Amino acid sequence: MSSLFFGLWPICRKEFTHIVRDPGTLFFALLLPLVQLFMFGYAVDTNVRQIATAVLDESHTQESRELVAKLAASDVFHMVETVQSDDALYGAIRSAKVHVGVKIPYDYARQLQSGATATVLVLVDGSDSSVAGQAVNGATGVALTESLNRVTVGATMPIEVRPSVLYNPSTRSANFFIPGLIAILLQAMIILLIALSLVRERERGTLEQLTMTPVTPLGLMIGKMIPYGVLGFGELCLILLIMRVGFQVPIHGSWLLLLVLSLPFLLVVLGIGLVISTRAQSQAEAFQLAMGMILPSVFLSGYIFLIDTMPVFFRIVSRVIPATYYIQILRGIILRGAGFKDLWLQALVLTFMGVIAILLAAWQFVRKQSH
Amino acid sequence: MTPVITAEHLTIRFGNFTAVDDVSFSIGKGELFGFLGPNGSGKTTIIKALCGLLTPTSGSGTILGMDIRKQAAEIKRHVGYMSQKFGLYEDLTVAENLGFYAGVYGITGAVATQRIAEILALTGLHPYLTRRVSQLSGGWKQRLALGCAIIHSPEVVFLDEPTAGIDPVARRSLWDLFFQLSGQGVTFFVTTHYMDEAERCGRVGYIYLSKLLALGTVEELQHLRAANPVGTSRLQIEIPDASMALSALRTSSGVREATIFGRSIHALVDTVQIDALKLQFPLARIETIAPSLEDVFVTLTLDIMKASQ
Repeated sequence: MSSLFFGLWPICRKEFTHIVRDPGTLFFALLLPLVQLFMFGYAVDTNVRQIATAVLDESHTQESRELVAKLAASDVFHMVETVQSDDALYGAIRSAKVHVGVKIPYDYARQLQSGATATVLVLVDGSDSSVAGQAVNGATGVALTESLNRVTVGATMPIEVRPSVLYNPSTRSANFFIPGLIAILLQAMIILLIALSLVRERERGTLEQLTMTPVTPLGLMIGKMIPYGVLGFGELCLILLIMRVGFQVPIHGSWLLLLVLSLPFLLVVLGIGLVISTRAQSQAEAFQLAMGMILPSVFLSGYIFLIDTMPVFFRIVSRVIPATYYIQILRGIILRGAGFKDLWLQALVLTFMGVIAILLAAWQFVRKQSH
Repeated sequence: MTPVITAEHLTIRFGNFTAVDDVSFSIGKGELFGFLGPNGSGKTTIIKALCGLLTPTSGSGTILGMDIRKQAAEIKRHVGYMSQKFGLYEDLTVAENLGFYAGVYGITGAVATQRIAEILALTGLHPYLTRRVSQLSGGWKQRLALGCAIIHSPEVVFLDEPTAGIDPVARRSLWDLFFQLSGQGVTFFVTTHYMDEAERCGRVGYIYLSKLLALGTVEELQHLRAANPVGTSRLQIEIPDASMALSALRTSSGVREATIFGRSIHALVDTVQIDALKLQFPLARIETIAPSLEDVFVTLTLDIMKASQ
């Protein structure tokens, strides 16, 4: 055994024994991410469909009924209520019974027939920005198509846009969110498990005992990383299986590549857990520090918000968050079928970060010891 | 005979705080050396420095002839350490703890099996082999902790308050183990707050406020000049109502220290005042005694406190 890593295997074996000795903790550590996977996987849907809509039809004509039918057919709107007055229309939106109100004025049909511009009022509840945007787009789209149909009766359309969404054709949210969620869940689980395991040794005094033995800092750290790395890898496989089978998210790229390129990320999060454990005196402190690391990565890794639209400062911050790179790897392989030549840079950055984190943890460990 | 542990003008500072101030001593093979001092006086810091865990600010030290500044890694292989925190894994069994510590010292295979058998024979832990440490009593935990600390047959063992919080019977049997090992040539460096434990040691050092105030055999310390100032006598005063007499005694002239010891009073008084005291307490039986170790350390500590004011 190399003297730089002395004590690695005894530590590693002991850590496995700790894990199997405490099946309760193990069970919750493995189960909690799965529960969250189901919660987020089913609940989060950014595709706005079937927005509750109320209609005030003052026109009561063939044309106005056609327009309502067109809107309803667009999948964006779901007609839930017909009202008889402006007050009732506004009231329905204010009470959040509906998010959109459509008012067709009494002269709608007459204006159409006379060739003038017929106006339709679409009231949109702006308190939910994604709903509002989708409603405005949906309504404009329907109006535009209808207008063109009327202007070009019998003629062919000069231009037709045929959008084709690659890789996630039905634009299912689950396909987009679950790959990102894997990074978030995995890092929370591993950082907490390994950080708490080392801080527990500090609290109980066994760490002090270990520092008096020939065990080297790197032997201790890597001996701790192996069991929790194996645990994390198992959890990853479990999550991928549930994603594929339970959520029906297809994996377009190589399974093997996905698993191999997950290793650098596991390395980084294990390293971060160790760095936290060298800073924290108690398990409570370790927990807080871990949360402090995990939360920003939820918002700034591209998991929820697009990095390209962030202000410059946060774009830079997102570059130092490991989850950013792993989410790119996950989405690349799972959704786009990307290969190693597309993702080697991300894997390299993660490996680099991982080595830095481990060395930093070992260095801090030695420094702390001499006080 | 070459000393096993030496410290020469060892000084350790953390920022402005001096944790160990110019401490020197030398301990021979097989010696059971007691290190007495209150919490925070620098005992643990000295142990850490001797084991090479922290570098002294100045001064030097050796363990088995190895330099504590340069040969820390080598020193760890020859040194055992046990603290009052046990350093045991509560969720592992006795056998697993012994196996783990054998492993971290690089002892494997048949050698490990043989060594663990020896430790079990020495500590009497055999019946508890498959029991988890959390289910052991304090005394057995301590024996296991000692077993783990000496699994690699160290020549030197540091014991940092090894008997804090265990019952007297377990405490005595643990000390019997120390003597047994020390008889086999293992050198012990034991820190303690217990006077009676210090009195069991071959030699005792007393550290207070980072300074080593006294060092020697119990007898040497009892006759220490600083503890027996010229012109004073150490008296044992047996008197029916000792606690009442104590407050009267403390205000009497020429009485430097006085404290209750069981049913009598121990006092350090100016020799010229003894006759006056006999008059003052006619019922008392007064005799001159040698100071106890506690008397010595109290006197030394009070001197330091007076000097620093």
